[in-house]
Amino acid sequence: MSAAVAGGAARLLPAVPSAEGYTAHLATAGPLPAFSGDELIAELGRAGLTGHGGAAFPAALKWQAVAERSRARGAVVVGDAMETEPASLKDRTLLALRPHLVFDGMLLAASAMRARRVVLCVASSSDALARTLVAALAERRRAAPHEPRIELVTSPSRYIAGEETALISRLNGRRALPRAVPPRPFATGVDGLPTLVNNVETFAHAALIARRGARWFRSVGSAAAPGTTLLSVCGGVAAPGVKEMAYDSTIGQVVAAAGGPAGDPVAVLVGGYFGRWAPAATAWSLTLEPGSLRRAGLALGAGVIAVLPRDACGVAETDRILAFMARESSGQCGPCSRGLPALAALFHDTALGRARPGVLETCARWSLEIRGRGACRHPDGATLMAASALEVFHDELRRHLRHGPCRESARPPLLPTPVLTGR
Amino acid sequence: MKRRLRVDPIACKAHGVCAELFPERIRLDDWGYPVLDDRPLPDELVEHARRAVDACPRTALHLVPIDERGARGRPELPAGDEQLLP
Repeated sequence: MSAAVAGGAARLLPAVPSAEGYTAHLATAGPLPAFSGDELIAELGRAGLTGHGGAAFPAALKWQAVAERSRARGAVVVGDAMETEPASLKDRTLLALRPHLVFDGMLLAASAMRARRVVLCVASSSDALARTLVAALAERRRAAPHEPRIELVTSPSRYIAGEETALISRLNGRRALPRAVPPRPFATGVDGLPTLVNNVETFAHAALIARRGARWFRSVGSAAAPGTTLLSVCGGVAAPGVKEMAYDSTIGQVVAAAGGPAGDPVAVLVGGYFGRWAPAATAWSLTLEPGSLRRAGLALGAGVIAVLPRDACGVAETDRILAFMARESSGQCGPCSRGLPALAALFHDTALGRARPGVLETCARWSLEIRGRGACRHPDGATLMAASALEVFHDELRRHLRHGPCRESARPPLLPTPVLTGR
Repeated sequence: MKRRLRVDPIACKAHGVCAELFPERIRLDDWGYPVLDDRPLPDELVEHARRAVDACPRTALHLVPIDERGARGRPELPAGDEQLLP
C-alpha cells in the first residue's frame, strides 16, 4: 500500500500510511463543525464535489434529493465500500487509513437528512477490512457516544453487488441483485425510505469540505473539476497502489506518481473493467477532468488506471476481463446473461486464433446490440470495454486471427480477474 | 398522448411473441430477446403495439408515454411499486 500526490495535494491520504485512530483524527482534521443540513448541502454544491463511485454525479444534487424527501419520513444513509472492481483498492485503503474521516461524512449526511439509519457496506470477502472497521466503530462509539450508530453490513462479493439498487436490495433483506429504476434510491430505498448511497471516498471529501469550505476544496484541481481524487494505479508501473491526484493532473503524471512506467507503455485501461482502453500516446496528455476524458471517449469511472506495457498482450488481458464480466452478470436480463458470454466466447476464440472470418465484425455488432438493454449498466460497461479493445487492439486482434496467440499472451495475467465466490 | 414501447428486461424471457405480432417495431436479437425501436408510435401503429403488449406471456412489454424519464428501455414504475419486480 503506497500513497503519492501531485503538487502536495494530499487531502485524504495521510503522509504516513498508518491507520489513524479517533484522537489522531481529531488532532489532524479538527472537530466536526455544526451545520444546518441546507448550509452543508449548499457548501457541497459550491465546492463542486462529485461522486467517486463511478458515475461522478454531483453530490449536492443527490444529497438535496434525499433531504427534500426526508422531511416527512426520515431517511437512510449508506456508505458504499463494496469495491468489487478487481483492480480497485482505493476504498479499502481509505477506510483502513482514515476510517473516521469517512464516518464523519456519513454522520454529516445523516444529520442533514435526519437519517434513521446509517449503514456502511463492505464486501463479505473483505474480512480484514471488516475487522478493522468493527474496531474503529467501537472506538468511535466509546469516544463519541452521542453520535448516531453506524451499522456495518457485508454483502456478497459479486461485481454487481456494489451497484446501488443491489445494495438496497441486500439491505432490504433480499438478494443483492440490481433492479430496474425508477424508483431510484433517493426516492424509495432501504425500508422504503429515501436513501442516500454514496461511495465512501465521496463522504470523506464531504467531511473535509464541512471543515474547510468550498473555497479550500476548489484551491486544487481546475474550475471544471475541483479537488483531488483517489486512483488505483496498476499494471506496468514501477510502484502500483493508491495515489491521490488533483483532477488537472495528466495520466502521464499519474503514472509518474506511481513510480513511472515499468516497460514501454502501449495502452491504458481507464476507469476499470467497465472503463475503456486508450492508446498510451493518446492517454498520456489527458487530464483526469471529466471533460478532458470525455473528449477522448473515456471516463474515470471508479478511478482505476491500468497501464499495459509492451511485454503484455491487450488481447489476452481483454479476453480475461470479458470472461470475468460475463461471469459476473447477475443473470437477470437476457441480453446481458446470454449476450456477454457469447461475446466473451467469440473474443476468446479470436484471442486463440481459432475464429472464423468476420468474427471481429460480429463482436462489434454484439457490443452495440447488447448495450443499454439491461436493468443495470453492467452490460453497457462490459460492451464499451470490449468495443474499445476492438479499436485499440485492432492490429493485434488481426495478428492473433492470422497467426494464433502472440508470445506476450503467454505471460502471467497483468490484471486480476478473480473468481468471486458470491458469498 | 404519444407513446412508445418499453421492455422490462428482468421480466422478459424471450418468448418472442412481440416480434411476431409487431415486426414493424420489434425484432429479435441473436438470443431471441426483443430489440425495440422505441421512437414514438404513430397513431396507426398503436393498436398493433397494444396487441403485442397484451400478448406477452411475461407481461414484460409496456406502452409508456414518451415524456417519461429514465430511458434505457426500462419500464417506468411509480415510486413505491417495487413489489412489481422480482
